Amino acid sequence: MNDSMNFSLITSEIFLLIALCVIMIVDLFQRDKERKLTFTLTQLSLFVLFVLGFNDLNAPKEIAFNGHWIADQLAVVLKLAIYTITFIALFYARAFINHRSLMRGEYYLLTLFAVLGMMIMVSGNSFLTIYLGLELLSLSLYALIALQRDSKLASESAVKYFVMGGLASGFLLYGISLVYGATGSIIISSVSDYYATNQVNLISQFGLVFIVIGLAFKFGAVPFHMWLPDIYHGSPSSITAFIASVPKIAAFGMLIRLLVEAFGQFISDWSEMILIVALLSVAFGNVIALAQRNLKRLLAYSAIAHVGYFLLGVVPGTDASYSAAMYYIIVYALMTLAGFGIVIFMSTDKNEYQQITDLQGLGKYHPWYGLMFSVVMVSMAGIPPFIGFWPKLEIFRHLIINGFVLEAIIAIAFSVVGLFYYLQVIKEMFFAETNESPAITSSRSLKIAISINCLLLIMLGIMPDSIYQYCLSAFGLIS
Amino acid sequence: MIEKLPILSLLIWLPVSGGLLVLFGPGQKHKNVTQWLSLITALATFVLSVWALSVFDSSRYFIQFTEDRSWIESLDIRYSLGVDGFSFPLIVLTSLMTLIVVIASWNNIKFRMSHYLAGFLIMGGLMNGVFAATDSILFYVFWEAMLVPMFLIIGIWGGPNRIYATLKFFLYTFLGSVFLLIALIYLGKQAASFDIFSMHQLVIDLDTQKLLFFAFLIAFAVKVPMWPVHTWLPDAHVQAPTGGSVILAAIMLKMGTYGFVRFMLPIVPDASMAMANFMIVLSLIAIGYIGLVALAQKDMKKLVAYSSIAHMGFVSLGLFISFSLVEGKHLDAAIMGIQGAMVQMISHGFISGALFLCIGVLYDRVHSREIADYGGVVNTMPRFAMFFMLFAMANAGLPGTSGFVGEFLVIIASLKVNFWIAAVAGLTLILAAAYTLWMYKRVIFGEIANDKVASLQDLLVREHIVMIVLAIMVLVFGLYPAPLLEIMQPSVEHLIDCNLVSKLSPEGMCS
Repeated sequence: MNDSMNFSLITSEIFLLIALCVIMIVDLFQRDKERKLTFTLTQLSLFVLFVLGFNDLNAPKEIAFNGHWIADQLAVVLKLAIYTITFIALFYARAFINHRSLMRGEYYLLTLFAVLGMMIMVSGNSFLTIYLGLELLSLSLYALIALQRDSKLASESAVKYFVMGGLASGFLLYGISLVYGATGSIIISSVSDYYATNQVNLISQFGLVFIVIGLAFKFGAVPFHMWLPDIYHGSPSSITAFIASVPKIAAFGMLIRLLVEAFGQFISDWSEMILIVALLSVAFGNVIALAQRNLKRLLAYSAIAHVGYFLLGVVPGTDASYSAAMYYIIVYALMTLAGFGIVIFMSTDKNEYQQITDLQGLGKYHPWYGLMFSVVMVSMAGIPPFIGFWPKLEIFRHLIINGFVLEAIIAIAFSVVGLFYYLQVIKEMFFAETNESPAITSSRSLKIAISINCLLLIMLGIMPDSIYQYCLSAFGLIS
Repeated sequence: MIEKLPILSLLIWLPVSGGLLVLFGPGQKHKNVTQWLSLITALATFVLSVWALSVFDSSRYFIQFTEDRSWIESLDIRYSLGVDGFSFPLIVLTSLMTLIVVIASWNNIKFRMSHYLAGFLIMGGLMNGVFAATDSILFYVFWEAMLVPMFLIIGIWGGPNRIYATLKFFLYTFLGSVFLLIALIYLGKQAASFDIFSMHQLVIDLDTQKLLFFAFLIAFAVKVPMWPVHTWLPDAHVQAPTGGSVILAAIMLKMGTYGFVRFMLPIVPDASMAMANFMIVLSLIAIGYIGLVALAQKDMKKLVAYSSIAHMGFVSLGLFISFSLVEGKHLDAAIMGIQGAMVQMISHGFISGALFLCIGVLYDRVHSREIADYGGVVNTMPRFAMFFMLFAMANAGLPGTSGFVGEFLVIIASLKVNFWIAAVAGLTLILAAAYTLWMYKRVIFGEIANDKVASLQDLLVREHIVMIVLAIMVLVFGLYPAPLLEIMQPSVEHLIDCNLVSKLSPEGMCS
C-alpha cells in the first residue's frame, strides 16, 4: 500500500509537533528564570515518544505517503536511541545553560525541532523526505549554536557550521539531482528497482560520488573533516555534546537509506570510496588528536577517528556488518556524550573549562568522578570490559570475516595510537601532583546524570547484548 | 556438592568484589577497616585456591572445575572457565602473591591506601580470570582489563618517572594484544566458536599458521618479555611501587609464557616448529645478553628486572626446545623441557617476588634503590640479610632452591638437542650468580656505608611473615618439586601427544 495516507505510521512525529507548539506557548508565559516547566515538558514529551516508539518495536515494515515514508525496525530502533541520548543530553544542558546567557526556552525547543528532523531523516524513503529532515536538523543546530550570540567563538562556529553544512547539503542535493535525472525517481525503492533492471550508467555513478561526499561531510570524515574540530570547540559545551552524539545516529540512518537501500547495486563502487575515507579518518583523527591539549578539540579529533571505525563497519556490505556499524554509532554517541559531559561537569558558573590540564587533581579530590571519567576514556579507547570494546570487536570481526584483514590490522594499529591520548587525560586526572582541588559543577542533577551515563558504559559493557540485539533486529538478523 | 560450587568464578569475583568494597566502602579515614577487609578477602581467596588444589584431580588430563554459561549470545561468546595442570598452579600462585602484596603494603603506602589495596585485589581477580578463561574472547577481556589497575598503580604510587613508565607499559602491552585480538577473531571464524579448545582442533595451512604465529608472538613476547621487546620492563619495575613490581614480575610475566602454552604451541604447532630455532636464539640472547646487561646495573630494581628477563628466557627456551625433541622422538626429554619451563615460571614467581620485596624493605627505610647507597647492611639487619641471601642464592640457581629445578630440567632437555644450546644456557648460571651475588655483596657486606645504613632497623613482624612464607616456598619446591611436577604431568603429556602434532592435516589429531 504505497500510496496510502497512513497517519498511524507518523503518530510520533505528529505528537512531537503538537508537543512542540504547546511547549512554545507555555514557554512564552513563563516567568521562571530556570524554565523548569519547559524543561519538564520537554523531557516528558521525549519520554512519551520513547514509549510510543517502544510499542512500535517489531511492527511489520510499511511504506506510506506515496512511497515517501517508511516505518521499519531500523527507523524505530534509531529513533529510540535518538530519544534516549537526547534525554540524557538535556540533563547535561540544563546544568550548563542555567548560569549562562543561554537559559532560554528556545534551547529546548530547538533541540526538539532537531529531534523531529532526525526522526524524519531516519524514516524517509525518498531523497526529498530525507533532505527535508536533514535541513530541519541542520537549521535547528545552526540556531542552537548561535544562541550564545555575545560569544565571538560561538558566533564564529555558527557561521562556519552554516556555511559548511550548506556546502555539504549542496553536494548531497547535486548528487540527488543527478540520480533523479538518471532514474526519473526520488523514491528510494524505485531507484533501487531501476538499478536492478537497468545497466549502471555513468551519470548515476557521478551522482553517487556527490552523495558519498555529502555524507562524508556530514560525518566529518577525512578529507571533509576540517570544519568539525572548530565547531566542536567553538560551540557552547552542552550543544557540542548534543551535536557530537545524536545527529550521528540519524546520519547513520541516512547513510543506510541512501547508500544501501538506494544504491545496493553499486556496492563495489561506494564501499571502495568509504573504505578510503574510513582508513584516512582513522589515521588522521588518531594522529592529530595526539597533539591536542584542549579536551574539546581532543574529543573532536577522536570523533573523526571513531567515524572512521564506524565507516569501516559499512565497508563489508553485509547486513551483519551494518548492524555492527549501527551498534558502534549508538555506543559511540553514548560515550561521546559522557566525554563532553566531562567538559560540562568541569565548567563552573562563569568559568569555561577547556584544557586537559584543568583536570589535574580530580582523581585526588573527587575520586569517584576521576574513576568515572577514566571509564569514559578507557571505553573510548576500546579496552574491555567497557562498552566501547564490543562494537570495535564486531567491526573488526566483520572486516576479517569478509576478507579485509589488512584493513583491520591498519585500523587496529591506529587504535593503539588512540589509546595514548585517552591515557593522557587519565594521566592528568590521577598522576599529576597538585594540591589544588579542581573546580567542578555544583549541579546535583548533572552529577547524577553523568554518573548514570558512565555507569551505563560499565553495565552495558558487561551485558553488551542488550543494545546489540536491537541493532541486529533492525536488519532482520534476529526477530 | 563440591562439583557444584563455582570455584573459579569465586576465585575471580571474590577478590574483585572485595576490591570494590574496599574502594567504595570504608573510605580513607577508616584505615584499619580497609586493611583488614583487604586481608580477609585476599586470605579467603588464597584459602579457597588451596582447598581447590586439594580437590584438583591430577591423575589424568582433563579440564576441571568447568563452568559454561551463555554470555553474549549474538556474538557467540561464552562465559566459560576451566583449568588444567598449566593454569591451575598459576592461579594458586596469583592468589598467594596477592595475599603477600596486601600484607607487605600494610603500612607502607602513605596516601590513598584503600585505593591501592583495592587495585591489587581487583587485579588479582582479573589475573585469575586470565588463567581460568577457556573462551578466547573472555580471555582477552581479562587480559586487557587487568592492564588498567596496573596502569593506575604504577602511575599513582610509582617513582619520579612513573608517568613515562606506566604509559610505556600500557602502550607496549596494548600494541601486542591488538594483534592477538585479530588472531583470535580469525580463529573464532575458522572454528565457528571462540572456545580455545575447539581452536586447538583446527586444521590450518602453514602460511596462515605463520601469520598467526607472529600475531601471537607480538602479543606474548611483549608480555614475557623477550628480547628485543623487553625495554618496557626495567622502566616499569623501577618506577612501580613494591607491590606493583612483585605482581608484575611474579604474575604478569607468566601470562606471556602461559599464552605460548595455551595458544601458540597447540594452535600453530607447525609454524612454531618452523620458527623454533628463531625462538631459541631469542631465548638465548635473553639469557646471555640480558644477563650481561644485568651485571652492569647500578639500581637494584633494574638489576632484578633484567635478571627476570634472563630467567624468563629459560621458560621460552624450555617450551621451544621441545619441538626438536618431539621430532627426534625424545619424548621424555620433551616432557622434561616443558615441565622445566613450567616449574621455572612458578619458581621465578616466588623468587623475583621475594627479591622485589627485599628491595622494598630496604627502600622503605633508606628511600634509595641505588646499590652505591648501601653497604654493611648485615651489621644492622642480620635477619634480613639471611632471607636476602636465600633469595639471592635461589635467583642464582643454587641446588636445593626452586630456582635450580626449572633451569636444570631445561638445560638437561636442551643437551639432548644441541650441546651448544645447553652450554650457552648453562653458562648463564654463572652470570646469574655473578650479578646477584655481586649485588648482594655490595649491599649487605662490608663496612657500614653511611648513617642511614647505621640506623636501619631489622625486619618487622609482617615483613617476617612475608619472607618466611616465600622462603618456605622456595625451599620446598627446591627440595621436593614432585607435587608440582605431578600436577602438571598429565597436561604436559597431553600437550605433547595431542597438541604438538602437525595441524596441517586432520591426521593424527586427538579428538
